[in-house]
Amino acid sequence: MADISYPTDARGAKPRRVMTKGNVILWSTLAVILAYYALPLYVMVVTSLKGMPEIRMGNIFSPPMEITFDAWHKAAFTACTGLNCEGLSRGFWNSVEILVPSTILSIAMASISGYAIANWRFKGSEVFFTILIFGAFIPYQVMIYPLVILLREIGLFGSLWGLVLVHTVFGMPILTLLFRNYFTSLPEELFKAARVDGAGFWGIFFRVLVPMSLPIFMVALILQMTGIWNDFLFGVIYTRPDQYPMTVQLNNIVNAVQGVKEYNVNMAATLLTGIVPLTIYFVSGKLFVRGIAAGAVKG
Amino acid sequence: MQTQRPNALFRNLTAKIAALPMIATALFVFVGCTLWTVYYSFTKSRMLPSDKWVGLQQYERLWNTPKWQIAVENLLIFGFCMMILSLVIGFVLAALLDQKIRFENTIRTIILYPFALSFIVTGLIWQWVLNPDFGIQQVVRDLGWQSFEFNPLFNPDIVIYGVLIAAVWQGSGFIMVVMLAGLRGIDEEIWKAARVDGIPRWRTYVFIIIPMMRPVFVTALVLIASGIIKVYDLVKAQTNGGPGISSEVPAKYVIDMMFGNQNLGQGFAASTMMLLSVAVILIPWAYLEFGRKKHG
Repeated sequence: MADISYPTDARGAKPRRVMTKGNVILWSTLAVILAYYALPLYVMVVTSLKGMPEIRMGNIFSPPMEITFDAWHKAAFTACTGLNCEGLSRGFWNSVEILVPSTILSIAMASISGYAIANWRFKGSEVFFTILIFGAFIPYQVMIYPLVILLREIGLFGSLWGLVLVHTVFGMPILTLLFRNYFTSLPEELFKAARVDGAGFWGIFFRVLVPMSLPIFMVALILQMTGIWNDFLFGVIYTRPDQYPMTVQLNNIVNAVQGVKEYNVNMAATLLTGIVPLTIYFVSGKLFVRGIAAGAVKG
Repeated sequence: MQTQRPNALFRNLTAKIAALPMIATALFVFVGCTLWTVYYSFTKSRMLPSDKWVGLQQYERLWNTPKWQIAVENLLIFGFCMMILSLVIGFVLAALLDQKIRFENTIRTIILYPFALSFIVTGLIWQWVLNPDFGIQQVVRDLGWQSFEFNPLFNPDIVIYGVLIAAVWQGSGFIMVVMLAGLRGIDEEIWKAARVDGIPRWRTYVFIIIPMMRPVFVTALVLIASGIIKVYDLVKAQTNGGPGISSEVPAKYVIDMMFGNQNLGQGFAASTMMLLSVAVILIPWAYLEFGRKKHG
């Protein structure tokens, strides 16, 4: 029986002409480029696994002679920022506390807004949407101070929820665009049929659209998780030092003026902060590309 | 059936209420806060916002401040190089990946991963790789080239190029993705026709493909440009504006003035200048992009 199946071992009878001139140029160019992109990550990993004496002697590219995780432990639990010596773990949990509500709130708000302007157009909805999209290009620096005043007025300045609100507001343009475009692309008959069956605004949204929009919710989730985790500016302005997200704490640890520079601890801390978005990136693959390409989609 | 249609305001009421957060964001934050900042850039605000009108005085002082002058100069150099490099590298990479090579996915994954990292992480990585005592400079010297000199982060004349290397590393993969999508959108027939006519590959790219991809280039340019104006965290982490003030950028100037120097008026004026430069790029683009669509 097995003989009938395609002969797997006879595939590609002739070896390919791997060494044409064009191929050599192509692959050597690629090798140089890949080195530029890949080596910094490699350098970070090996540096974080060395001890300080070894770093002082060797060069940054040499693999560690003796692998030690002391730097990782110190970066996570005992590195100091100012008077505080709890390491990055506190920043990590602060970031998680910021990330979870910000992601949920921003996606909820934006998906509902996108749905309202895609399927329930009302007078002026396109105008507000256009303002929103153009608003995405306004430098944050222009709006940062009045927002401080606004948040202070409603008593949220310096609190976790103030920062959550800021993330929700600035996530609005791209996410609303994402959801609006997706909901517009769905067949209109679906929407009409649901209306004929008597479903209202929320009924259609929760029972018809949300269940069939899982991919776009995933894209939004990836976009917001990496974006909010990587934020520095809002974290440093809208929260107090004891609530600083991981990026801010990382910068404070590494760029601390006093003390001896411990490069291995610094690199371990940098890696620890980068691990979350890197994991999202490597796990999500194609969806991540779709997420960032959403920014390139024209409205 | 529904009851008689009530007046226009209450029609679709649920939808309007549901869209309120978006409307509030658009009106209060994007329009309101922006106008607020522009208005207060003409006042004498220092520690607190003040209503005392001083006309263009803040702007005069701004353009006479060395730190701001350096910041603008840096942004121009950085912006120009970043645009050229991102476009060239992004396009070349996309064209390479478009040759139906093996391991395409792996290669794309490697080129794009820096884009997932924050600017803080990017800045700190490159601060270490460019470290004069242990980084690239020392490695090359250890190889035997004793007089090798490559120390951008501590040389005021070239520090901005050190930041540039990191920014290109972080952002060019994204431009590659945009370009690759554009290349994949080009009709296979065009390649066939060019091959039949015996046109060399590179000429096909330069004279046929690139002109066809104009909209993609414009989109990429807008994306890069809006990123350039916002550069703040990268400089903050990699050099903190140093050595001295030689790697300052406008976005950092604004934050320093508002939250470090208690000089709000300067911060407002500087951020209004940033807004102006965005408008200079954005308005012609929007006009071309959307104006044409309506007429065509």
